[in-house]
Formats: sequence, C-alpha cells, structure tokens
Amino acid sequence: MEVVQMQRRFVEYAASLFREGFLDGQFTQLQQLQDESNPDFVVEVVSLFFEDSEKLLNDLSRALDQQNVDFKRVDSHVHQLKGSSSSIGAQRVKNACIAFRNYCEEQNTDACLSCLQQVKQEYSLVKSKLETLFRVSARSLLLKDKTNLESGFQTSFSKSDC
Amino acid sequence: MGMAGESQFHVLAVDDSIIDRKWIEKLLKTSSFQVTVVDSVSKALEFLGLQEAEQRNHHQETKVNLIITDYSMPGMTGYDLLKKIKGSTSLKGIPVVIMSSENIPSRINRCLEEGAEDFFLKPVQLSDVKRLRPHLLGWRTLVEI
Repeated sequence: MEVVQMQRRFVEYAASLFREGFLDGQFTQLQQLQDESNPDFVVEVVSLFFEDSEKLLNDLSRALDQQNVDFKRVDSHVHQLKGSSSSIGAQRVKNACIAFRNYCEEQNTDACLSCLQQVKQEYSLVKSKLETLFRVSARSLLLKDKTNLESGFQTSFSKSDC
Repeated sequence: MGMAGESQFHVLAVDDSIIDRKWIEKLLKTSSFQVTVVDSVSKALEFLGLQEAEQRNHHQETKVNLIITDYSMPGMTGYDLLKKIKGSTSLKGIPVVIMSSENIPSRINRCLEEGAEDFFLKPVQLSDVKRLRPHLLGWRTLVEI
C-alpha cells in the first residue's frame, strides 16, 4: 500500500512539473533513455546541469558587475545556459535565457540585470523541484525494494517446503 | 584482424558543453555505436591524427566512421573542423554531421555546401541519431567499391 502511494505521489509530482511548465518533453527523453545499465542517468545529467549552471550564474553576475560590461561575454554565458537548460528540459530557465539574450543585443545593462534575477529565480525553482522529484523517486524505489525483499523471502521460504 | 565479427561503427563526438557531451554519448551508445567524446576541435584533431598513425601501423581499433560536432565552440568551431576534415586527403572520406542550437538557414547551407552530411538541431533526439546509419552505410559501400 505504502509503495503504491509513494509511486503515485512521484507520478503526480512529475506531472505537475510538466503542467506548470518547469519541465518539457526533453526531460521525458532523458527519462526514456535511463535503463538498468545506467539507472542514475537522469540524476547524473541533472547534477551536471546544476554544477554548470551555478558556475555560469556566478560568471554572469561578475560580468554584469564590471564598469564596462562586455556584452559579448554576457551573451556567450547566457547562450550556454540556454543550451544546457534546453538539453535537460528546464523550459522556464530556457525561456528566461531567450529573453535575456535580446537585452544583451541591445546592450542594456539594467534590463540584463533584471533578466539575470529572473533566470536565477527560475533556476532556483527548478532545482528545488527536481531535488524534490529525485527524493520522492528514491523513496518509492527504496520502499519497492524493501517490499520485494520481504515478499521474496516469503516466497523462497514456501518453496523450500518440499 | 583481431576484431569481433560484428564491428560497431565508431563515432567521434565533439562538444564543449559537458551536459551535451553526456547526452550525445548516451544517444549514441543507446543506438549501439562505439563512442569517443572530446570537448574541443583541437582534441578531435589530435585523436584523428593519432588514429591516422595507428592506421599506418595497421591497428584498426580507433578507426572513426563518423564525426558529429557542435557548431559553436570557443576556439575552433565545428565549421572549422568540417573544413579541416574535408581538406585532408586521409580524413575527407569521414562523414561529418553538425549540431547546433540555432536554426539559421544560412549556417545550415554553408555547412552542407562545405560537405557536411547532415545538420541536427539541438537538443538532439534519438530519432536524429538513428538517421546516422544510412550515412555510414553509404560511405562504407563507396569505400568497398
């Protein structure tokens, strides 16, 4: 009973993330490629995304803090972040980056700073939601294993009655 | 020969994004390709140069059957790599596929005119990777003749 509840919770939580636009079809692609040979694939890719994004966001803050802002550099960082968020299906981060790039082109520092705040916010949101998703998923898998172990024991016990 | 009967196609993937490298590697492995991934054009050329040396010594293990490269990279771009490959007598037979997150028709045309086999929009999908086999088979048939 507990396992089914946890699994349902996972499915419902994942569905809400898609519904609210935090994740798009690309995240589903990631999930579909995960298999027994690489059971942590999604977590691995997303962890790389977190590491890479945090570095890029720091670089962006630094770049926009300069006396003479190098907009080419800023645009290059945003382009990278747009690419990586697109690759894992972090839709809202990607969209925030698209808007950001327009202001880079205009060389508008204030607008860029505002966009950076927006991107940071969206990143923060999707990070916490993905961490929650993984936590719920891990719990449901642990419970499933625990349940399998218990029922497996009972099965082998009855089989040995020969 | 020392190779297994069923020889896998060996794909060399080039991308400066660590996330995209992981993704393309997964797509290629899922599609039963042997994969080598590098993060720059210079590393790719180094690998191919090494491959050339090994071929001279009759070691066929690292033979590359296809190159798939990101377009925008710091330093040398995927387009630069494409030109180098097509300009090399020993490497020009290797099909090159370009990947890009930007759908710019003039960019796509320029790559195709320079000899790129295909152009994939990022994020690359499994269905894109599955399209690689015909390119590989076509090239291999030519070589066999």
